[in-house]
Amino acid sequence: MGLLSWLILLPFLTAVAVMMVPAERWKMIRWISAAGTGLHLILTAITTYRYWQLASPEMAEMKTSLLTKLYLVEKFDWFPSLGIQYLVGTDGISMLMVILTSIIIFAGVMASWNVAERTKEFFVLLLTLVTGVFGVFLSFDLFLFFMFYEVAVLPMYLLIGIWGTGPKEYSAMKLTLMLLVGSAFILVGFLAIYHTSGLHTFDLTQLATIKYPADLQYWAFPALFIGFGVLGALYPFHTWSPDGHASAPTAVSMLHAGVLMKLGGYGALRIAVYLLPDGAKDWGLFFMVLTTINILYGSFGAIMQKDLKYFTAYSSVSHCGFVLFGVAALNLMGFKGAVLQMFSHGVMTGLFFALIGMVYGRTHTRVISEMGGLAKVMPWLAVSFYIAGLASLGLPGFSGFIAESHVFLGGFFGNPWANSTATRVLTVLATMSIVVTAVYVLRGLARVFQGPVEDHHFLELTDATFTERVSTGVLVATLAFAGIMPWFLIDLIEASIMPIVNRLHETGGSFAMY
Amino acid sequence: MEHMDLSFVLKNVWLIPALPFISFLIVGLFIRPVSEKAAGIVATASVFAAAVLAYMVAWDYFHLFGHGQEKLALIPWSIEWLRFQENMSVNVGVMVDPISVMLMVVVTTVSSLVHLYSTGYMHGEKGYGRYFTWLNLFTFSMLGLVVAPNILQMYVFWELVGASSFLLIGFYFEKPSAVAASKKAFIVTRFADLGFLLGVMLLGYYGYQLYPSLAASLPPVGGRPMQPFDFAYLTHPAVLESFSNLGASFLGVSILTLSVLLVYMGAAGKSAMFPLHIWLPDAMEGPTPVSALIHAATMVVAGVYLVARMFGVFATSGDALLVVAYIGAFTSIFAAVIGCTQDDIKRVLAFSTLSQLGYMMFALGVATIAEPLGYTASMFHLFTHAFFKALLFLGAGALIHAVHSNEIWDMGGLAKKMPITHITVLIATLAIAGVYPLAGFFSKDEILAAALATGHTGIFALGLTVAGITAFYMFRIYFVAFWGKPRSENAEHAHEASPAMLIPLIILAVFSLFAGWVPMGEFVSFGPGHAGHINWAIAAPSLVVAAIGISTAWFLYGSGNDARVTAITNALGGVYTTIKQKFYFDEIYLFVTRKVIFRFVATPIAWFDRHVVDGGVNLTGLATRAAAMATSRLQTGQVQTYGVWFLAGSIAAMILLWAVLV
Repeated sequence: MGLLSWLILLPFLTAVAVMMVPAERWKMIRWISAAGTGLHLILTAITTYRYWQLASPEMAEMKTSLLTKLYLVEKFDWFPSLGIQYLVGTDGISMLMVILTSIIIFAGVMASWNVAERTKEFFVLLLTLVTGVFGVFLSFDLFLFFMFYEVAVLPMYLLIGIWGTGPKEYSAMKLTLMLLVGSAFILVGFLAIYHTSGLHTFDLTQLATIKYPADLQYWAFPALFIGFGVLGALYPFHTWSPDGHASAPTAVSMLHAGVLMKLGGYGALRIAVYLLPDGAKDWGLFFMVLTTINILYGSFGAIMQKDLKYFTAYSSVSHCGFVLFGVAALNLMGFKGAVLQMFSHGVMTGLFFALIGMVYGRTHTRVISEMGGLAKVMPWLAVSFYIAGLASLGLPGFSGFIAESHVFLGGFFGNPWANSTATRVLTVLATMSIVVTAVYVLRGLARVFQGPVEDHHFLELTDATFTERVSTGVLVATLAFAGIMPWFLIDLIEASIMPIVNRLHETGGSFAMY
Repeated sequence: MEHMDLSFVLKNVWLIPALPFISFLIVGLFIRPVSEKAAGIVATASVFAAAVLAYMVAWDYFHLFGHGQEKLALIPWSIEWLRFQENMSVNVGVMVDPISVMLMVVVTTVSSLVHLYSTGYMHGEKGYGRYFTWLNLFTFSMLGLVVAPNILQMYVFWELVGASSFLLIGFYFEKPSAVAASKKAFIVTRFADLGFLLGVMLLGYYGYQLYPSLAASLPPVGGRPMQPFDFAYLTHPAVLESFSNLGASFLGVSILTLSVLLVYMGAAGKSAMFPLHIWLPDAMEGPTPVSALIHAATMVVAGVYLVARMFGVFATSGDALLVVAYIGAFTSIFAAVIGCTQDDIKRVLAFSTLSQLGYMMFALGVATIAEPLGYTASMFHLFTHAFFKALLFLGAGALIHAVHSNEIWDMGGLAKKMPITHITVLIATLAIAGVYPLAGFFSKDEILAAALATGHTGIFALGLTVAGITAFYMFRIYFVAFWGKPRSENAEHAHEASPAMLIPLIILAVFSLFAGWVPMGEFVSFGPGHAGHINWAIAAPSLVVAAIGISTAWFLYGSGNDARVTAITNALGGVYTTIKQKFYFDEIYLFVTRKVIFRFVATPIAWFDRHVVDGGVNLTGLATRAAAMATSRLQTGQVQTYGVWFLAGSIAAMILLWAVLV
């Protein structure tokens, strides 16, 4: 078994190990989870290194190729009669997403150190979910992809329904149903591609070798894009997100906003645009309009929110808009920006939800106006929260700026298939969100952390514990690393994004100027 | 230039920003939690070290070139940072040219003195270590901005100085007014930076478009081909020519003008030009040394610096430069008028800063490529202003420290109690009033000469008026604070500040006395250097105006007859109140944000999302359930019902069939 299968299997094995432990020994359970996810982090580092060793000599070649080249591939027939394979592999985009997920799940376990209710089941479900996520990012067989996709989505229902807060059953139901509707769209798209190709295979690399008929592309592209878009919080299919995030427990919010929502952008880029480039050309501008609404609407929506989680959820709607906006821009900078934004937003929003959980654990309220002056009693959490906030408003030095600058330039440069005035106007509108984001972030944070301490009960609260410091510290360091030394990320992903661009242009090395 | 034999410091200019950065990390992460006092010492030492290096760099750099020779830009260090796509990458690097060297000297000098002063001023404050950490962060960011060789690096550090300014204004985070001020400063400048970013995008887009046709003829920069975001590219004559030949235009404004005006929007925000000035007076909520460093001497001049850095581009556009000139001129008189009515000593100084920034801006605005005297004059004024304004703020800090109040009406009679502070502040006041032979006189004279030389008589007259008003309001606070009798309990018991605070005052006083004698034209100029000389035909009237201002201030505030002031304010009535309320600009902005944007955009969107979009989702759910309920009724389990449905269905089908077939 190769590295990639281990990457997928390790969380599942950890879940199995957790299952073996009696429920009352919950302290041991969390240690096992921490060890499993910590080990996963190391394994991810090793895999990244291996990938880099193999891929870096071939990157120049990849940049002119029309086909994504996979590394560390493992492949065997699963249902030969239907052409279904177990096919895992990685390229730069997948690698970055795996790194993201590995960091988030580690930080998430650290942030869930104090889940005392049904600890065992909680960690089992959490680890199963993350198994699905790794599976999605690493599988290149559409059927396998879809299976893992569902594995990632379904445990969410239980995790929110059981460990959530507020109207949790309602939120869990809504989230699951909406995402399943999205899945239905995706499945339809997959099957259409499978049948039309006539190759009798779900192998993505095989399916990418042919050009699909225009009418199929014309209807299958929006089906796939919207299907993935539901998970990526595409307007107007985003409303599961505020309720879902608000009700979910900390680690689930972190994982969900941090990683699961990225599956949407990932699928849209990797499958919808890659396989159906002509459909993307037809619909690019339409989705740029929708995602511009996403970006502005989410940020304006966040201004007046009263609950910290709703506040962050709307902010996520806005930031995930950048991901899909970059994808819809249909050029190298847009795609790069989208992938970078997936990473950046994943870490940032993971940090946000971790911190909200930690603050809530102390104040027992998430209502912004009931807090105040918390920086005095919990400086570590305050500083981390401010870092997350500044990163989310795109302050250079953190990853958000790197991603957003790519997305903005990508949108502004536009593409040959969309009216250039329209794409520029949309980009200018989207850029305005940097001001609105500053408004809501600073208003919200000032209200929570600054000013005098209004409730004297808060004076007795304590600052972050050791595990909480590990959790937030890892995420803050990642944000700063990606922001200060972005070339690592860019080198990692650039060569793998080029084939998608090249397929749009049907020629290699497409840096064309429009 | 890369082959030139450079001295050690010139090769390693990156150390100047790096020292405060390393110190920021070490102090913030390791030293501050252990010892607050050590944090202050290390932070201060690092900036002093950077200052020493900056002076060495200045010495070596200006000695590279002979008299009258054009001083070329060097890029001794640069590495690729962000690669957007081919021919579109951004380096992080260090550019050494006359204005960056001058600003490195100014920033490190003022910053190190402010650090030193702060060890006394902030003594015993809660958050002492945090304060120095952020001061280091600011110094690093400002130096990174100054040495930026490309516009994107400029933008990056531009945002970082904004963030560190935000942190320092809100240093007293438990005080609601400080929190509000820090938010306001960040958001207003962010709004301006939106323009900057859009300008960068436009320049990047067209720069990239023109690149292939120009690339072959462009020299390399920093050891690699020139890239569209490089200042060297944007200000290259061939590029500028292609830019101005771009046919495209937007609402009748050429692309070049539009993009530089957008960039100027960022500059105007940072330098607090009207109407984006509203954040600067409120920024005085920060500790006074911070106001001296960030909101007087360094960060706020970043806008002027940016315009100077891109002067070639502005000048090629022409129209953009006129906008710079008129907005600058208007700001200078607008702020000066408000400055006459404020009672908080720091706010008077803040409005004075606004006014002086307007001066620097219009000096750039009146310059042209053929007649670039204004360029030198603006940089000269930036240089001298940094010293005397920092001195004024630090002096004001000493006063505030002594009387525990910002109100000038709580001071009075402090000349005897605080002699050193008195003398140094008097020097700075004379310098800003433009009295010969102090620093302000020379730079102001050069600005007025530049305005006249390019035929901007209106701006010249306005500049002269502003000089008079400046002398008036500065001496107003001087007389009220230092002369007469103590006006409060605290003022009676005031005593001189500690040596840590006095030493920077004295050093800055020396600078304020002599900085004017620097032959700035020899060092900083657009094109070949020129020797500066005083044009007495301009200097004489400006001295007369200053004298009028000072004597009016004495007549009203120095003579001990308060009735005169009351009479005048009463006579002015509503006009006076309007000026004192800063023409109600804060209220207008508040109205727009709170009442219009929050109430009519943000709240409806939040409602719309919950009720319409999400309502749609819930409605779908409800409809599905209702449909399920309805259809589930069909399954009654009664054979009779099924029979009726079967019969009815069959008949309906037959009728349908019949209708279709016949």
